[in-house]
Amino acid sequence: MTPATHSNWSLWMRQILAIMRIDLRKTFFAKRGLWIYFLAFCPEIPMVGHWLFSNQTDALANDVQIFSGIFQVFYLRVAIFFGCVGIFSNLFRGEMMDKSLHYYMLAPVRREVLVAGKFLSGLVASVVIFGGSTLLQFPAMYWHHGRELMHAYMFTGPGMSHLVSYFTAAVLACIGYGSLFLASGVLFRNPLIPAAGLLMWESINGFLPALLKKLSVIYWLQSICPIAMPNPRGNARNIMALLVVDIDPAPAGLAIANLLLIAAFVVVWAAMRARKLEISYGTD
Amino acid sequence: MTPKPQTDIVFDNVSKFYGEVLGVNRVNLSIPPGVTSLVGPNGSGKTTLMNMIAGLLHPSRGSVVVCGVEPDDAEQFFRMVGYSTQYDSFPRGLTGYEFVECYLRLFGYSAKDTQRLAWEAIDRVGLREPSARRIAGYSKGMRQRIKLAQAIAHRPRVLVLDEPLNGLDPLARAETIALFQALAAEGSHVLISTHILHEVDLISDHVIMMNQGYVVAEGQIRGMRDEISEHPMQVLIRCDKPEYLASQLFGEKQVVEVRLHADRAGLLVRTRSAEGFYKLLNHIALNGVQIESVAPADDDAQSVYEYLIGHEESTR
Repeated sequence: MTPATHSNWSLWMRQILAIMRIDLRKTFFAKRGLWIYFLAFCPEIPMVGHWLFSNQTDALANDVQIFSGIFQVFYLRVAIFFGCVGIFSNLFRGEMMDKSLHYYMLAPVRREVLVAGKFLSGLVASVVIFGGSTLLQFPAMYWHHGRELMHAYMFTGPGMSHLVSYFTAAVLACIGYGSLFLASGVLFRNPLIPAAGLLMWESINGFLPALLKKLSVIYWLQSICPIAMPNPRGNARNIMALLVVDIDPAPAGLAIANLLLIAAFVVVWAAMRARKLEISYGTD
Repeated sequence: MTPKPQTDIVFDNVSKFYGEVLGVNRVNLSIPPGVTSLVGPNGSGKTTLMNMIAGLLHPSRGSVVVCGVEPDDAEQFFRMVGYSTQYDSFPRGLTGYEFVECYLRLFGYSAKDTQRLAWEAIDRVGLREPSARRIAGYSKGMRQRIKLAQAIAHRPRVLVLDEPLNGLDPLARAETIALFQALAAEGSHVLISTHILHEVDLISDHVIMMNQGYVVAEGQIRGMRDEISEHPMQVLIRCDKPEYLASQLFGEKQVVEVRLHADRAGLLVRTRSAEGFYKLLNHIALNGVQIESVAPADDDAQSVYEYLIGHEESTR
């Protein structure tokens, strides 16, 4: 029965799994998290509409461009960004608000292990929700072209490689934004303020000098996307121009490595700060 | 020579400030095993003190060491300490059993041991039957008891309980007090904060009184009472001739005040020297007064609290 007989790594793994068991249940089944599901799966609505009401004369190449636009403008910058705010900020700050974080703090769990467990919980939840939705968006977008064309696009054309790239970008977005919002939940009483700051920074990324561009998540994510964002036409041009700025993309391997490094650095930093975290929901 | 294991909870010159607001100041304590009650008005620093023992707050100055271990060493420290906080809050959607079980898993126990310890704790607080129901549907008393089960489930040596008797019905209250005493008899520390002063005497081996962030007294109640020299000791005497005894006592130097008891079958006497007074009483008793009983009337926690902190505070 004595847990002390386990090696440290074995104990930490058990503790991380125990933390994930508690947190995943909360994240997946919380009523207040319903908006995250909506955000994650709302691209499917117009895509399915397109499928149902399309005259099937659109070129596949058009849909590839449209998908790239939706994914990079809406899905990465809005859906995953705000979804990660909802999931990762709540891991610490949400429990502070609910006055239930102390139950973790009173367990024989190193704060570093707690941060790791919570980050992994958030990551699994966000990858299942947003990665899963990305995988669903593909057939929703292209199915109306017919089974044969779809099959050819996926298995003899670039479709599968695009899908892998988009899925990778979605997972890395969850890792990158997740690490930042986890840290903001540890450090800030109101994590919406740093989230707004980050949103602003990510939005102006295209206008920044080359070096500063790299100090963002979106730059590396766009480097992983297989298709550059389409240039807007007509009335949308002025608004979209704010978001569609040509970037000089980094190689995908470098982008993945950099995003992982940024996330690892932020999570380690959050873990160090969590050592000093105090529970004071209100003084006596 | 092997060093003696440290068994006390030790506060060494501990202060805690919330910005510029004082939480507690210059606290030096050494709390031995047994039941210790922490009493004081709201805002006196009781919860701050408890949160520091449990490592939820870090002292601004000084150090807290529990049985030789500091809270920073979480893996060792929290196997030894259990804390039931005053917060009436729980993770959403859990049943009583799930609540106890899921946090026990963080200790690294196997599934089988976790289940056994969870049921053992739930049985100890008498909640087996409702443990399958969601905590959201529990009464205040049941929520208190499930928190207690969660705090004792890993069999801690040090149990810290913030207002654990709040919301309990009389039967549950008596059972809970018996549980505290059983845990203390097993050699554990049981540190309880409470507002209910008449239960402090019943529960505690030691008492710590706090006011405005300072420890104003600590120790056994009787010892504390002896230290309060500005309030003469009050003694209740039951005898067959209270009026005669009163007349005999009026002229004595060490007697400050004599009052007939409301039932006219005894006297309330205030004296500056209990020892001198008892000698005098022996002498008077030889002159034909049948004394049935002599008992101190103000060496309980309520009286000591009122003398040290004030009646106004004690009734707040």
